[in-house]
Amino acid sequence: MKMTIADVEQVARLARLELTAEDKELFAGQMDAILGYVEKLKELNTDGIVPTSHAVPMENAFRADVVRPSIGLEKALANAPEKTGTFFVVPKVIE
Amino acid sequence: MNIFDMTIHELHGALKGKQLSSLEATTALLKRIESVEPQIGSFITVTAEQALAAARSADQRIARGEGTPLTGIPLALKDIFLTEGVRTTCGSRILSNFIPPYSAASWEKLRDQGAVLLGKLNQDEFAMGSSNESSAYGITRNPWDTSRIPGGSSGGSAAAVAAGQAIATLGTDTGGSIRQPASHCGCVGLKPTYGRVSRYGVIAYASSLDQVGPLTRDVADCALMLEAVAGYDPKDSTSVDTPVPDYSAALTGGVKGLRIGLPKEYFIDGLDPDVQKAMTAAIDTFRRLGAEFVDISLPHTDYAVATYYLIATAEASSNLARYDGVRFGHRAQADNLLDMYTKSRSEGFGTEVKRRIMLGTYALSSGYYDAYYVKAQKVRTLIMNDFISAFTGVDVMLTPVAPTPAFKIGEKINDPLQMYLSDIFTIPVNLAGTCAMSLPAGFSAEGLPIGLQLIGKPFGEETILRAGYAFEQATEWHTRKATL
Repeated sequence: MKMTIADVEQVARLARLELTAEDKELFAGQMDAILGYVEKLKELNTDGIVPTSHAVPMENAFRADVVRPSIGLEKALANAPEKTGTFFVVPKVIE
Repeated sequence: MNIFDMTIHELHGALKGKQLSSLEATTALLKRIESVEPQIGSFITVTAEQALAAARSADQRIARGEGTPLTGIPLALKDIFLTEGVRTTCGSRILSNFIPPYSAASWEKLRDQGAVLLGKLNQDEFAMGSSNESSAYGITRNPWDTSRIPGGSSGGSAAAVAAGQAIATLGTDTGGSIRQPASHCGCVGLKPTYGRVSRYGVIAYASSLDQVGPLTRDVADCALMLEAVAGYDPKDSTSVDTPVPDYSAALTGGVKGLRIGLPKEYFIDGLDPDVQKAMTAAIDTFRRLGAEFVDISLPHTDYAVATYYLIATAEASSNLARYDGVRFGHRAQADNLLDMYTKSRSEGFGTEVKRRIMLGTYALSSGYYDAYYVKAQKVRTLIMNDFISAFTGVDVMLTPVAPTPAFKIGEKINDPLQMYLSDIFTIPVNLAGTCAMSLPAGFSAEGLPIGLQLIGKPFGEETILRAGYAFEQATEWHTRKATL
């Protein structure tokens, strides 16, 4: 497998990243090396093996359905890059 | 003895006995930070004024006879722990102005005991790294040799303990990020069993692997810190509701009859000769103390790094999607929403973080999901099964923490795969979700600390602490100090 610049650009689009020309070049080579290394997993037969998503076997963790205080508007908005009243401001989404 | 070199239990004794006040201790630590920080770079933020205020109130608490083992003890936290009102960057430019609206559960527990926060410690950006070179706030240097890395990602947490800049610290460990820097800096570092400590308020890297743990000057301090932060937290649905033992009481009892496994895959040809020598000497020490050794095998060890770099990066790409410039963190100016997301992230994240987001996005993308991500999850099952079956015959395992002592600054920064392979002995423990501790076990010919890893069964922290304590009582490695 060979990671092309176009592949890198496609992954960057999915990841919402904009890479410089140098970074694209760098990442193509490095991702190639790393993905080449992880190919070794294919040596293992994993037919019938159940995938592990968590180290501790877990059921859904439900809490009691009771109303509790939440963090509140002021604190929730305190780190907003831009806000107005009780809202986060973002560039216009709908024309 | 210098105040800044004391252990928690020594300082607690001095506070209780009124030989020292927390204000004196905190002042001594702040002075030490000021004098050695230009050489080391352990801190991103020093909270001197809040620390002095907390020390004064700790002294009042002690005077009222209400002190606990951590009251008035000056500590510091990796900058991955949210601290209400104190800037928390996670080593990233994207959080350079972030003031958390609430605190991490583990820090709240320490603070409620009256611990004093000296500041927030340097780390690899978003805990992604093994050398502390990926921080947006400058590198951290190893106190034993400032031309070398302290390890990572909790490099500031280990360097601060080794350099006398904090009595003890908290770090996080996703693939070795507590144990490897502890090994490189000559301190004790423990990664608890997954679910033992709440992750609430800890900035997420790879949620199925991340765990909070202490870095300390000896095993007794490690037990005190673990006991303080462990326990079920309804706010972390992955924390496990099982009682917290009295870890300090578990220290004594020795290792007579303890069955220690030596996994053959961890004693490979590429092991540094000084590391090999330290392991051989440690095995002799344990044998002299009455432990029995058993040769065991963890046959899928060689696949752990590949498994980790698929699972961890996949989880990271998902976790780091929240940094979009909308609600907090860096926002770039842009005309439309998509450009705002993209530019904010591209300006805010450093190269290693971008690389891992890219790898994770690739592993999760359509057409590759089964071949990479699900395959890695299946191999993770095989790795866990290795541990389950090996632990039927032994109580703990003994291995090196890292294949070499601390490497030179810049040595691996341009070769991410080589950097990733430096975590080869620590990563399997995170994948298996069990507990392990690094403790000082010798020095290289060049005078660099070498750590030994004790791996325990899930929720077997008491056993590794007891074994570690017995080893520490029989050796003097932990008493040596870096000269600065």
